[in-house]
Amino acid sequence: MLSRLPLAALKSSGALGASRSTLSNVGTRSASQVRFASSSSASSSAFQSLFTSRASLVSVTLFSAGSIAWYTHLYGSLPFIGEVHANSLADDGLHPGVYPWPHKGLFDTFDHASIRRGFQVYREVCAACHSLDRIAWRNLVGVSHTADEARALAEDVEYTDGPDDAGEMFQRPGKLSDYLPPPYPNEEAARAGNGGALPPDLSLIIKARHGGADYVFSLLTGYVDPPAGVEIREGMNYNPYFPGGAISMARLLFDGLVEYEDGTPATTSQMAKDVVTFLNWAAEPELDERKRLGLKAVILFSALFAVSIQVKRFKWTAIKNRKIIYKPPVDKAH
Amino acid sequence: MRLLKSHSLLRLLNSYVVDSPQPANISYLWNFGSLLATCLVIQILTGCFLAMHYQSHVDFAFNSVEHIMRDVNNGWLIRYTHANVASFFFIFVYGHIGRNLYYGSYKSPRVLVWSIGVIILVLMIAIGFLGYVLPYGQMSLWGATVITNLLSAIPLFGKDLVELIWGGFSVSNATLNRFFSLHYILPFLLAALALAHLIALHTHGSNNPNGISSNGDRIAIHPYFMFKDLITIFFFFLVLSIIVFYYPNLLGHSDNYIEANPMSTPASIVPEWYLLPYYAILRSIPNKLLGVLAMFGSLFILLILPLVDVSRIRGNQFRPAMKLAFWFFVVNFIILMWIGSQHPESPYLEIGQVATAFYFIWFLFIVPAIGLAENTLMDIAIESK
Repeated sequence: MLSRLPLAALKSSGALGASRSTLSNVGTRSASQVRFASSSSASSSAFQSLFTSRASLVSVTLFSAGSIAWYTHLYGSLPFIGEVHANSLADDGLHPGVYPWPHKGLFDTFDHASIRRGFQVYREVCAACHSLDRIAWRNLVGVSHTADEARALAEDVEYTDGPDDAGEMFQRPGKLSDYLPPPYPNEEAARAGNGGALPPDLSLIIKARHGGADYVFSLLTGYVDPPAGVEIREGMNYNPYFPGGAISMARLLFDGLVEYEDGTPATTSQMAKDVVTFLNWAAEPELDERKRLGLKAVILFSALFAVSIQVKRFKWTAIKNRKIIYKPPVDKAH
Repeated sequence: MRLLKSHSLLRLLNSYVVDSPQPANISYLWNFGSLLATCLVIQILTGCFLAMHYQSHVDFAFNSVEHIMRDVNNGWLIRYTHANVASFFFIFVYGHIGRNLYYGSYKSPRVLVWSIGVIILVLMIAIGFLGYVLPYGQMSLWGATVITNLLSAIPLFGKDLVELIWGGFSVSNATLNRFFSLHYILPFLLAALALAHLIALHTHGSNNPNGISSNGDRIAIHPYFMFKDLITIFFFFLVLSIIVFYYPNLLGHSDNYIEANPMSTPASIVPEWYLLPYYAILRSIPNKLLGVLAMFGSLFILLILPLVDVSRIRGNQFRPAMKLAFWFFVVNFIILMWIGSQHPESPYLEIGQVATAFYFIWFLFIVPAIGLAENTLMDIAIESK
């Protein structure tokens, strides 16, 4: 039982005796309360037990761990030692800024108007080179478009289907169950159309890149002239956020490139924000539902956690209030 | 007599998890066992449901995982739970081992419990590695390539052994298929070993923070430890929920959301966080064969602890020097974990080498030296009386 004795109680033998005698009388009161009661007569020892009690130890430790977590949450990297990752910074490209995405917080959901605008940017700009293989027209329904709108969008595209009864493949307008059409029939065609570079599929791009949405936004808006001394090969472009600095994709977003149907001014950063929100949805379509369910889980398990503490304390009352008496043999001197 | 005590199977249950007398003074550090059992049950259940939708083929594996994430009802929840509980499994197993190191639970008469536990740890690492290959992202493929290639360092038959494991000349469809098969079957071996762990423990019962016999003061698992364990289980579920629902990819690597491509190597290949210390030890040694030996040695060296800890006192409760040594070991382990995540270049390489040396010195010299010094001082004190 020695291990369970509070530190402060060990500091002076007087306090030790006091806490022992009170312990047997106070019923269910916790050990820390007892300790305060036993040492409240002298103000200096009260201060001492304030600083050395287990409650202070736990709260200060929690504060310390919590502030590390909060710092990491705020700045995206651990304090003092920086972000723990395997690449050296030179290979990594410039670190993207941290942006206040509307869907970022614990209780935040996607800005669905932004997803709809972002889909428009993808369709009119990105889709010329980038596929979005894992998204079907049906996925847009209830997210950014109504069923009729999505069906109309699908019908604009011709899909090869078949074979029919004669064994022939045929063309038909798209259905909700069809996936978004890729811009190139195969990887070789994609490379041939882009000077040897392969435009990656964008379905998972937000989850598949270090830095996620912040990185893609920084990349889209981060094109600048190469600094003095940096040679960029013909057909490549300089972007400090891209690992290595030279990227095959040229800057594509310029103010007023698309005309939003809701009248939002189509600035470069607005389009980048919208398309990144759209791509974030494409990578994590479950996000809204996930956070809603998450709050339910937190409610459920924090309640069960609280109840389990109460039940344990109740069940252990007798054990915690035992009085252990040592009776030395009478015929021995010590 | 109650059925619980007379039925030939139920009485076993009763003797193990209902009436079993436990030391009254064991702290919350003794709750890791039930947490690990909870993890194993969660992993087997979620894994079973994942396997209903997963396809172990190089062309379909990545797509089938995305199918689970997008089209299967609550599939994302099952997969994120499975992926993150794997991490919690290791957090708890490291806590469990740390508790054993601190309180000397490996000492006689619990050497068998400890030895089975070390085998469980090695098996867990193998299962974790096999599971990480299954989504067949870039990190899956290249992690599997790097780790399986380690065995090629074995003289004479290393190269043949690696090709035998691959079922071909590189990590391929045959490899993925057999990894899936093993990832499904080995957890049941793990469960059997966990039972053996319990049976071995049952003879003498749990150690306690004081390291002395607790026979004078024991209380039954039910209701006392049943309800004490439930506290940490619900707390675990709470923390797990926050990770799964709000930060599901916190412990993952973004490269694993890129489909495996044998033609393109990622900029850096890092294993899962729980394997980083061993990876750091592997890379600290310039010779490949010795590095591999050191990596496996760093796990199996745990087995010699009952031999090298010569102290007459069980546990660190009354051994201030050993307390200090214990925390040095913990910090060193964390340093190795950090080094494992860095590029093998100066100064990380040098720090890693020092940390690796300390890791082995701790087992081979520091632990026996402190035990010897304590015993000697004790002898001197007793003789001078």
